[in-house]
Amino acid sequence: MAKRYGALWLVAVAFLSAPIPSNAEIITIDPSDESIQESLQEALILAEPGSTILIPEGVFHFTGALSLDVADITVRGAGMDKTILSFKGQTSGSEGFLITSDGARVENLAIEDTPGDGIKVKGVDGISIVNVRVEWTRGPDVGNGAYGIYPVESKHVLIDGAIARGASDAGIYVGQSQQIIVRNSLAEYNVAGIEIENSFFADVYNNVSTRNTGGILIFDLPNLPQKGGHSIRVYNNKSVANDTPNFAPPGNIVATVPRGTGIMVMANRDVEVFNNEIGENPSVNMLIVAYPSEYDDDGFNPLPQNIYVHNNTYGRGGWDPDAAAKDMVAPKTGLPLPDIVWDGAVDGIWSAFFGPDSEDAIHINEKDGTSFANLDFVYDMIVPWDAGIDRDIKAYKGSIPPREAIVLPQEKTENGH
Amino acid sequence: MQTLLSVLVVVASLATPAFAEVLPVNDDAILEPRPARLLSAYGLFLDGRAQTPNEGVHPFSLQQPLFTDYANKYRFVYMPKGTKATYQETEVFDFPVGTVLVKTFAYPADFRKPAEDIRLIETRLLIHQATGWTAWAYVWNQDQSDAVLKVAGKSLPVSWIDSTGQERSITYAVPNKNQCKGCHSLGKDFTPIGPKARNLNFEFAYSAGARNQLQYWSEAALLSGAPPHEAAPSVPAMDDMSASLNDRARAYMDINCAHCHRLEGPASTSGLFLTYGETNRTAWGYKKRPVAAGRGSGGFIYDIVPGDPDRSILLFRMTSNDPGIMMPELGRSIVDDEGIALLSVWIKGLK
Repeated sequence: MAKRYGALWLVAVAFLSAPIPSNAEIITIDPSDESIQESLQEALILAEPGSTILIPEGVFHFTGALSLDVADITVRGAGMDKTILSFKGQTSGSEGFLITSDGARVENLAIEDTPGDGIKVKGVDGISIVNVRVEWTRGPDVGNGAYGIYPVESKHVLIDGAIARGASDAGIYVGQSQQIIVRNSLAEYNVAGIEIENSFFADVYNNVSTRNTGGILIFDLPNLPQKGGHSIRVYNNKSVANDTPNFAPPGNIVATVPRGTGIMVMANRDVEVFNNEIGENPSVNMLIVAYPSEYDDDGFNPLPQNIYVHNNTYGRGGWDPDAAAKDMVAPKTGLPLPDIVWDGAVDGIWSAFFGPDSEDAIHINEKDGTSFANLDFVYDMIVPWDAGIDRDIKAYKGSIPPREAIVLPQEKTENGH
Repeated sequence: MQTLLSVLVVVASLATPAFAEVLPVNDDAILEPRPARLLSAYGLFLDGRAQTPNEGVHPFSLQQPLFTDYANKYRFVYMPKGTKATYQETEVFDFPVGTVLVKTFAYPADFRKPAEDIRLIETRLLIHQATGWTAWAYVWNQDQSDAVLKVAGKSLPVSWIDSTGQERSITYAVPNKNQCKGCHSLGKDFTPIGPKARNLNFEFAYSAGARNQLQYWSEAALLSGAPPHEAAPSVPAMDDMSASLNDRARAYMDINCAHCHRLEGPASTSGLFLTYGETNRTAWGYKKRPVAAGRGSGGFIYDIVPGDPDRSILLFRMTSNDPGIMMPELGRSIVDDEGIALLSVWIKGLK
């Protein structure tokens, strides 16, 4: 009957360096505990702020969601292929692991097969998800959970070295958040590989997004508490061979993403996309569009504004378009679709004739030979007898002022270690 | 169910036997940051098994209760001597430090004999300490003599015979502390949900006779600043056919959904806001597209399709028991047939 108290081994760490609060401890979960659901959850509740919870190597099964609501906790496994938290038998809770406290760090573990979302982080200041894998092991399936790694309404978000596979919405999704870094991560076999939605100030770099329906999506939607997404930089990524048929449940915005989209910017302003390798995407390599559905929200701007696309390299693309790329773009452009497609939706008649004001414009600065089409959707509605598309990429030359890189407070302290 | 509850509470709140030495409610235990291991340590009940409250512990009820797998709920409020809550028109009253809101979940063996053979499952305490509200769940032991603190929650098999004579069995989930916060959050604060003027503004069968609860709270010096109850907001009961269908449906969603689905709540990110007072129709779901529903969309386009409940995401999610789809996310393992029936009729009638 010692089991009851043997569930947690508490080790005092008073001798450790200063920034850890006095009651912080290292808690090691006993891998032989049969009720790890209870012992791990108890540790997550009773840990003092600043503590580290270690989960040893092993495959652990959970029937309910785990949750963390204590500040500054690190949850660390022995590696993303060694410490595996399986939620295959989960019967309650709409995510595997829910974090609602500031300053958490989750690293070196995997979350598998949740019926809902993998890791959800809501309303926090400071979250680091590092070397974490979230995966639906049966591969793409409409029955998989929606989001793999899912911080929302949060500030100071770091996702580094993550792997996300099989999400029926987005593998890595950051929504309604601010000050975000997503880097060095791999997203594959999801509907959306990496999606930044209704967010401000994000740097997305050094990622690989492949075998998804769409590689990297920068979206803005109406009727949400935070909207008007802006100040996003997407650079040094590889978004290649995104060719998985869309398996998102209809009704979700990503269900409309054409199979084989490299990078897609929808609504949003001040977006810089550069130095990416984009290729082997059968619908279109780079797509810039307005929010396509009707909506009832006076405060929402459906247009992409002040978008700057430059110094990317384009491989093959657009030879086998799907969904809207097939039905709405291909009839205008023919095959293959150009490397960069902008729907040309603009605000009003003036812009339809003369282009949007410079601060709202689409700016493109790519290597010679990069193909482009402005589909002129609005102009064609006004002047149907002059309908056509504009392929003159040189007319879109321009730039937006560079923005400084995002620096996250949690990384400043990490440098001290 | 309302009547049953009232009957039980009347029985429960009869005066204390004169011969017993009555210890008052344990204010020290309430204010202690560490929770007591046993429920009895707080002294909230004279007789826990019978749910007989101690002096100063007042029973109350809500016009529309949250659906929790058909469990009966016995609610009590305790405030330290000489303190009272301050009235709020639309939000939860401001309760003084030292307040305890008590909710016991119980099942009669047979809902056709609701006063017999009652099994207490758990008692949840919402305690207002100087640092804010905190929540603990106590699970009743086999002989129902006391209840034991469960920090990490617990799953329990529960069965009963329902009001139609059918056998029902579920795995009842006692929430852990974080799951409590999953609903009891308003902005950054942990907060009660039920004791709002509109939920309390109806007649309750006290041991001394029936009385409007707002009136009783004012008279018993539990509440200051309340207007006459006729001037306070109210919601209709779900089965009150004298009230409009719209009001009944909105009141149902107010108590079952809006603790999360409001701008300040845990489901703020969805943009679906279901408080009783929400007037923006896109916000309460009318032709509103989902945001992060995933499988929860069921392949449908809008949360509420006027006239078409079968294609409304809201009902699809209420009808599911799959953790990746179901709404509410917590607090139920089976569906609320009566709630679904109410909202179906309501959506069918929407233009």
